[in-house]
Amino acid sequence: MKEVVVLSGKGGTGKTSVVACFAALAKHSVLADCDVDAADLHLLLQPVIREKYDFWSGQVALIDEDKCTQCGLCQETCRFKAIKDFRVVSVSCEGCGFCARICPAGAITMKENMAGQYFISDTNYGTLVHARLGIAQENSGKLVALVRQKARALAEKQAAEYIISDGPPGIGCPVISSLSGASLALLVTEPTLSGIHDLERVLEVCRHFDVPALVCINKYNINEDNTYRIENYCRCQGVDVIARIPFDKVVTEAMVHGLPVVKYCDGKVSRQINLLWQNVVERLTVRKGEHHADIRV
Amino acid sequence: MIISVASGKGGTGKTLVATSLALSLKDRCRVQLLDCDVEEPNDHIFLRPVIAGSEAVCIPVPRVDETKCTHCGKCAEVCAYHAIVVFSKHVLIFPHLCHGCGACSYLCPEKAITEIGKEIGVVESGYADSIDFVQGKLSVGEAMPVPVIRKVKEQVDQEGISIIDVPPGTSCPVVESIKGGDFCLMVTEPTPFGLNDLILAIETVKTLGIPCGVVINRVGDGDGKVEEYCLRENLPILLTIPLDNEIARLYSRGVTLAEGMPEWKAKFTGLYDRIQEIVDERSRCLKR
Repeated sequence: MKEVVVLSGKGGTGKTSVVACFAALAKHSVLADCDVDAADLHLLLQPVIREKYDFWSGQVALIDEDKCTQCGLCQETCRFKAIKDFRVVSVSCEGCGFCARICPAGAITMKENMAGQYFISDTNYGTLVHARLGIAQENSGKLVALVRQKARALAEKQAAEYIISDGPPGIGCPVISSLSGASLALLVTEPTLSGIHDLERVLEVCRHFDVPALVCINKYNINEDNTYRIENYCRCQGVDVIARIPFDKVVTEAMVHGLPVVKYCDGKVSRQINLLWQNVVERLTVRKGEHHADIRV
Repeated sequence: MIISVASGKGGTGKTLVATSLALSLKDRCRVQLLDCDVEEPNDHIFLRPVIAGSEAVCIPVPRVDETKCTHCGKCAEVCAYHAIVVFSKHVLIFPHLCHGCGACSYLCPEKAITEIGKEIGVVESGYADSIDFVQGKLSVGEAMPVPVIRKVKEQVDQEGISIIDVPPGTSCPVVESIKGGDFCLMVTEPTPFGLNDLILAIETVKTLGIPCGVVINRVGDGDGKVEEYCLRENLPILLTIPLDNEIARLYSRGVTLAEGMPEWKAKFTGLYDRIQEIVDERSRCLKR
């Protein structure tokens, strides 16, 4: 079983549209939406929710106003400025429990925090594990780790060949949580200066966590000079650019229809994504007698 | 006046709006631009600021004085993040799990724990023309952006206009960036993804009680559902930017709308005037 995670650094480069196509093209795969903060994959895969679970994570302080003597010690001690006027500002509370331990009146307790939900769903293209982080909750990467763990267990049970994960933007905790231990990272970028800058950073993260990376340039014809720059940069870094996808309004049209582009029409975009998936599969296929590390790029 | 530029979905045009708004207002008053998207800061690409100063962002992590430590295990017990493990003759610390709350050092009965700074990023400040520029950068491999964002926001200047470029999403880094602001501008696109993430982001802003308005970028693509939602929810649409090849090309080269198409300057100053009206109206209502 191989796990491909699609990342980008910069948001809005086309991760989810690519993942939805992979889902439609791959046979025997389990799908995971690791962007728990602003999940969109379900809009293209139209899942029917089969199982639903609450996700409990961390704690939040609660002050009992009857016991509180307003001595102010908690306010002084809290490094997250989460207590104001003897009340807990729950969005700022990081659940360390320091206040509860030092309160001389014993007025503070820590309560468990419901941080979101996760779902196991059926789609036309295979099982999807997805989640919804609670509003304004901390995205520590724990929910992402849970989504991946469930996807892996399901993939093993179904003897699926691939796990295809839609990753979050950025380079922080949720990205690290989506990436560590994956077989391959596909980095979707766009030929803008922001896209290039963010690609460089996310590529460094891949190196840091020792996950082989491949690059795909989406909307390559928006600025072909920048497309060459990305290809040059990747060549210098020893990273392969395995596809160029043109800008085309059909991508948004497919989104409006709630379909992966490859299921919506047969144009240039679909052909390129088809080739891209074949390339990814080739990279993931370990030939006989060849160690996994040998296909690293 | 502190205006946050947020979005929910990534790549909708936060940076485009934040930089053009700053450039359009700089002749009118003091303007400061703070890039809180510390995982992937991009404003510097468009403003090309002169960086005058750089300060490391450190979080305090514990260091145990083994000569004083009796291995009682109190520190491990109080650490909510499991960043300390105590063995019979040895203490192991995992700095990347530590949130720097300080409970272990305060509660250690032997006073054997001191705190040392662990660098997780930098805050750079400088200027681009007359715009004061501040950006945070999380170090690659580090997981926690919030302390870096906090440090960037310490530099908010209460005089003049501060524009904050917020990271994408709806979770803690977004809350940290928007918190304490006067207004939140939501940049979205008229697509199902844009709408889905806008709804989530608006819910986040609502928990903070900050007024917000919407900018719809790439109008002409997608469908009309975002507008319908805004009308239904009484969210003012303050500016629309069309799907346009020239705008996309300028953006790809790192050129702001205010510089590449100067006719947009008036639209951005108009945007600011409407924000000002909404904020003034609200404070009048609150006083009553």
